[in-house]
Amino acid sequence: MNFELTEDQRMLVEAAQGFTRKQSPVARMRKLRDDAIGWSPEVWRQMADLGWLGLVFPEAAGGLGGSFVDLALLLEQLGTTLVPEPIVASLVAGVAIAEAGDAAQHQAHLTPMIEGKASLALAWAELDGRYDPARIATRAERASGGYRLTGHKRFVLDGHAARQLVVSAAEPGGGLALFVVDAGAPGVTVQPVRTLDGRRAAMIALDTEVAADRRLGGDGRAALERALDLGAVAACAEGVGIMRAVFAMTTEYLKTREQFGAKIGSFQVLQHRAVDMFIETELMYSMLLAAAIRLDGDDLAERVAAVTSAKVQLAESGRYVTQQAIQLHGGIGITDEHDVGLYFKRMLALNASFGDAQHHLARFAARPGFTANL
Amino acid sequence: MDLAFSPEHTKFRDEVRAFLAASFPAHLRPKAEIDALFEHDEIMEWHRVLYQKGWAAPHWPVAHGGPGLDATSRFILNDELEEAATPALSPFGLVMVGPAIIEFGTPDQQRRFLPKILSGDEVWCQGYSEPNAGSDLASLKTSAEDTGSHFVINGQKTWTTHAQYADWIFCLVRTDTRAKKQSGITFLLIDLKTPGVTVKPFLTIGGTPAFSETWFDNVKVPKQNVVGEINGGWTVAKALLGHERTQIAAVGVTGRTIRKCKRIAARTRLGDHTLLEDPVFRDKLARLEIRHRSLEMANWRALAGAQLGHAPGPESSFLKIRGSELVQQSYELAMELMGHDALAWFPDPGVVLDLEASVASLFCYLRAATIYGGSNEIQRNIIAKQILGLGSLG
Repeated sequence: MNFELTEDQRMLVEAAQGFTRKQSPVARMRKLRDDAIGWSPEVWRQMADLGWLGLVFPEAAGGLGGSFVDLALLLEQLGTTLVPEPIVASLVAGVAIAEAGDAAQHQAHLTPMIEGKASLALAWAELDGRYDPARIATRAERASGGYRLTGHKRFVLDGHAARQLVVSAAEPGGGLALFVVDAGAPGVTVQPVRTLDGRRAAMIALDTEVAADRRLGGDGRAALERALDLGAVAACAEGVGIMRAVFAMTTEYLKTREQFGAKIGSFQVLQHRAVDMFIETELMYSMLLAAAIRLDGDDLAERVAAVTSAKVQLAESGRYVTQQAIQLHGGIGITDEHDVGLYFKRMLALNASFGDAQHHLARFAARPGFTANL
Repeated sequence: MDLAFSPEHTKFRDEVRAFLAASFPAHLRPKAEIDALFEHDEIMEWHRVLYQKGWAAPHWPVAHGGPGLDATSRFILNDELEEAATPALSPFGLVMVGPAIIEFGTPDQQRRFLPKILSGDEVWCQGYSEPNAGSDLASLKTSAEDTGSHFVINGQKTWTTHAQYADWIFCLVRTDTRAKKQSGITFLLIDLKTPGVTVKPFLTIGGTPAFSETWFDNVKVPKQNVVGEINGGWTVAKALLGHERTQIAAVGVTGRTIRKCKRIAARTRLGDHTLLEDPVFRDKLARLEIRHRSLEMANWRALAGAQLGHAPGPESSFLKIRGSELVQQSYELAMELMGHDALAWFPDPGVVLDLEASVASLFCYLRAATIYGGSNEIQRNIIAKQILGLGSLG
């Protein structure tokens, strides 16, 4: 059992801290939320140069072969200033390609993203399926040179500016397969949607043909579930960064704001609230590490237990901490001008992405281990 | 990073399990199975079994009879004992006064007291709280008058848990009434057989006789029974609070209670399904188990730090707060699952499920968990001051 950061991990964290401080403070995200794209291709390339986009991908595809723990530590830091680049969207789509695709597909679709030349998005959610990746109406059928894809995907995170989409579709035999679709191809309609956290997603309509080599050959269902589990852990990592940031803002406010002739942090009721924010943050960080470690491992049951419980914890702890951050700031906390609201809304978005609390609670309880040996 | 225990520690866990299978007395097992309350004699019987094995005081230094286990092995041992629901040994000798005597006692005191604490031949209780000194412990008034070779003690201690079974009590007494609150206090060992000592047990809210009040009426105590410096008792008392923080979360107890909740749920029907299959109760169980996992992970972080010899980090400071809240929540859910069965108070066999029989009493008694050892409000004050830096604001 070991939770110490390695020397490499410490350097990664320091690099990310330098990046958020100098290149992407929260003011940058605030500015970009009114931009049509919402992020910068130049910064995206910079992230590629830092090795972040290829952190968890195999070296053969141009990645660094790092661990999900490394990635969690990085995303935690990027969460502290709400860095807006589509790194999570690209990584979850990338993991689906890495898992289910072959070397040629890695080269064609994964490597350009790792090099910062493109971004990716994962198109999986549909109207009647809520968070169940298998409950989909999108169909894939054999067509002349490849496959015909028809259906609708909703809230494809960062799908508004992605060059390629990884699309899940049901096949006639009942299986689920993943396809790489060019966002600009004929028959692909991308409708951008503003999301509550100042970012973008896309509603996507598909009535299009793709070449045969766009079908990822591996187990589509397993690859998609692993990608979505990575998404859940990524949300937890970013969530921890958010919790740390609003906790720091709040304690700073408690130490400077005066009412009744005293610093408000001297009031016991506010002190205890701050302690509970601290506790929830530490618990969430503990759950994040466990989930990232299990994502690196090969025990599926342990992975599901750790990932689902971390995401449920985020719904409770992350929500609590950001809500209390507003409460302790008082009136100023509910203005658009104050940053605390940006963090609050991003946390709401994270909780609604990659499976909400109810979805993961059901998965947690459906494991055989939940009812074993009673 | 990794979550696995090392091969040596896994082997040690197997060793503890084998020991429990072989040595936990058969006649105590039915009680353990349903978490029934153990009598004092049963607790002491188990104390002697652990003593024979060398595991009564896992955290004591080898020089004083400890087994020389590292932090992780001590955690594993405690975890397995909690999981098996063996009787919890009285902490007052082994965890509190013993370590105080090891750290602050004279060689004579160590020779006189430590072996009998370890073997269980002498039972201890704690004399800290008074009717008017609870959370504000330093306002305690039990007086110790210096008569040269002796102190003469007058006053009243309360919540002297298990004093009715104890041979000795360790007390905080006031030796200087003019000094600032904390600096006039002395840590004193008192033989409960000394004339002038009166112990009166009383029932807890759980209907069990855990507590006592203890009166001192001109009780003569030799000065060689002072541990540490005269007027230096606060230092000794504070040092005790830092011991074995990874065990204070009671992760094993709560884990066991959650499993008990599931067992009750699996045996309780609502029409055509059990409560374990009921979506509402299943979600409640899952939420509780997830909260328990988060505490367990935080505890593991604290433990991994302790194993490397690090000073306790921020993650260890709140283990008592969350651990005690969670143990209460787990009993809360057990009561909810029981429905009407929750009405039964020390029922005869067969009235309710065996594993339900002690739940109501424990539910009530465990309201104490967020109070004893420094109430959770006091714990939050400490974190606000020491970790969040909110204490020095005017």
